[in-house]
Amino acid sequence: MQKVIMTGDEAVARGAWEAGVTVAAAYPGTPSTEILENIGGSYTDDIYSQWACNEKVALEIAIGGAIGGARSLAAMKHVGLNVAADPLFTVGSTGTNAGLVVVTADDPGCHSSQNEQDNRHYAEAAKLILLEPADSQECKDYAKAAFELSERFDSVVLLRMTTRVCHSKGLVELGEREAFKIAKYERNAKKYAMLPANARVRHAVHEQSLVEIEEYACDCPFNRIEWGDKSIGVVTSGISYQHAREVFGDNASYLKLGLTNPMPRKLIKEFCSQVEKVYVIEEGDGFIEKNVRACGFDCLGKEVVPYCGELDAGIVRKAFFGSNDVDTYSVESNVPARNPVLCAGCPHRGFYQALRKYASKIVRSGDIGCYSLGVQPPMEGFDLCICMGGGFSTTIGMAKALEQAGDDRKAFGMMGDSTFFHSGITGLIDIVHSGANVCACILDNSITAMTGHQENPGTSKNLMGYEVVPVDIEKMVLATGISPEYIRVVDPIDQAAMNEAVKAALAVKGPFVIITKRPCALLKDFIKANGNRHCVIDSNKCVTCKACMQIACPAMSIENGKVVISHENGCTGCGLCMQMCKFGAISVVE
Amino acid sequence: MTKNILLIGVGGQGIILTSKILAVGLTQLGYDVKMSEIHGMSQRGGSVTTQIRYGEKVYAPNIGAGEADVIVSFEKLEALRALSYLKKGGTLVTDVREMWPSSVLTGAEEYPHDAIDALTAAGVNVKIVNASEKAEELGNLKAQNICLLGALVKTLDLPGVDWEALVAEMVPAKAKEMNLAAFKAGFEM
Repeated sequence: MQKVIMTGDEAVARGAWEAGVTVAAAYPGTPSTEILENIGGSYTDDIYSQWACNEKVALEIAIGGAIGGARSLAAMKHVGLNVAADPLFTVGSTGTNAGLVVVTADDPGCHSSQNEQDNRHYAEAAKLILLEPADSQECKDYAKAAFELSERFDSVVLLRMTTRVCHSKGLVELGEREAFKIAKYERNAKKYAMLPANARVRHAVHEQSLVEIEEYACDCPFNRIEWGDKSIGVVTSGISYQHAREVFGDNASYLKLGLTNPMPRKLIKEFCSQVEKVYVIEEGDGFIEKNVRACGFDCLGKEVVPYCGELDAGIVRKAFFGSNDVDTYSVESNVPARNPVLCAGCPHRGFYQALRKYASKIVRSGDIGCYSLGVQPPMEGFDLCICMGGGFSTTIGMAKALEQAGDDRKAFGMMGDSTFFHSGITGLIDIVHSGANVCACILDNSITAMTGHQENPGTSKNLMGYEVVPVDIEKMVLATGISPEYIRVVDPIDQAAMNEAVKAALAVKGPFVIITKRPCALLKDFIKANGNRHCVIDSNKCVTCKACMQIACPAMSIENGKVVISHENGCTGCGLCMQMCKFGAISVVE
Repeated sequence: MTKNILLIGVGGQGIILTSKILAVGLTQLGYDVKMSEIHGMSQRGGSVTTQIRYGEKVYAPNIGAGEADVIVSFEKLEALRALSYLKKGGTLVTDVREMWPSSVLTGAEEYPHDAIDALTAAGVNVKIVNASEKAEELGNLKAQNICLLGALVKTLDLPGVDWEALVAEMVPAKAKEMNLAAFKAGFEM
């Protein structure tokens, strides 16, 4: 069979396709996004796929599909599973009609997340089958096998990946698509309608199935012993297995775990009793370690292996050998950080620039998306950012606390269009309903930008490429009952309009809404329409006061002591810098 | 023996495509190949890194400090950032064009203009490839990545693969000729 190079995400998409999946849903989130992008991009003829409003909706779509008889998949990043936790716990005990697999992509090292939570705990808490692939080949194999497991034990499978597994490429042997016949749906309320009387019965059935799954886990292709030198026995799973192999080679034996909930205790005992010392190597929490200890074996694990961040061979070596002497080079040179920044032409830059002037009069809640980057200097655009949708809801409590403290600053909340649809709308309803002294800002750039331009309910196309009716944000805001005089719709680059909107918001002691509308500067349609438009500086008029550079636009630099704007570096001619110049030195050319 | 390559640069420079072409070529040579990339936040002008490991059997996709045989830096300052990954005796291939991060743009930090001198003084085997200049000469700065790929393939000494055919297949069709010229130029630098 053909072998190709694939990322873990591509391999999961392939595995789902080979398993005969016909329904898939997700909300985009790094590092999981490419799973649905690949399903939507490569397997549209065979799989119905969609970007859901949020992860809970995505999982519920998949639950409906699986109870309806179609093999179904939901994918999300680790924090997304928090949003989807409500249906997750209950569907764990109902089981489904056809296979249901939930993919969680954890992010040790916080490459693009707000925390490092270890979602293996969800499998234990919700009592699900947990699979942990260690490379792209296993991603495909496990994803495919997960559907059979789900059906065999009438249980939900949580496929847990990590950033390094999602975004690493390796060789994958491809297979054929299974001819899965959609199971016939028949009403079975005792199994699927979880009112207390039915739920109590299902709980007992679920507990019994866990006993059977554990028995299976002790003798299954996912968990294997690799005997080597028996002086050290390494118990490990996922990507950590690879690092362990790099460090210990054949000088140790390995219990390589792929199915880690329910934990195969008999197999752990069999392995640990035959080695002299037990090392447990895992990223994140001591999830395997606590089970090894519960089986009665002393081991070395989180005492030396870090809880924080990703592992690599060097870190593992240091943990178990006390040092990791590397022979490398160093120079005494200042290395300025290169943090991600708002792109040239980004609409959010105009929004944050306008808010800067009012920093002493407002307290700002931010949210998750490209605009999160506005928290960095020089914009310092908000003060707190906890989770998706929190940008609105937190302002209500903040406004009340400020009021109680006699502080007359107004709370401003800000989030993008996709986040508004995800979980901002509920916060906005409560802002209006509570009459809190809040200005809610929806930064509509017509796309889910941060994760790489996924469609959302505000766009006129969906994941599968069909034309759909875009949801009108302004009408949704009006439907909350807020008076139109307390709403402004502005182009955020237009600083005069932004100023008027912020002043109007500050003049009202109560709910106010600002909707900024301007497309992401990286959108293909925008780039095409924008053509050759860019800004130029008249060096005769420029006095190099650098006022224009305070917006930190990556298209600007100083060459030979003079400010330069570069079309090659992405200048779109948005004209924000032009509004900063008091000398009329900057103009737009087409 | 496993060989470790690290590519570093700035979001948008085409590092991931470069790594992909290299990885496909290496599989054609019969190697086991693993490649690790980190993207997400890094797309927005941040520092981007990919790592490629090849050999008979490769386990981990990522490497730690002091483990890279070859580093390719697409920007001068990034060469300094990646230095701690270079193995003693390894090679650092780097472009010398400066791209200023926002902290330098706003005047909060100084750009280390003398990076190459500092690297040479530290005894690093530095190979300068003016890929961005060459790419502009050929018509588009975007071909910088393929020019650096040419230099990397030369440095790694990997005959037995039709690299030019791979480049032609994997770059956008309309930029094929320019990229082939960039690859050749890089190979000869």
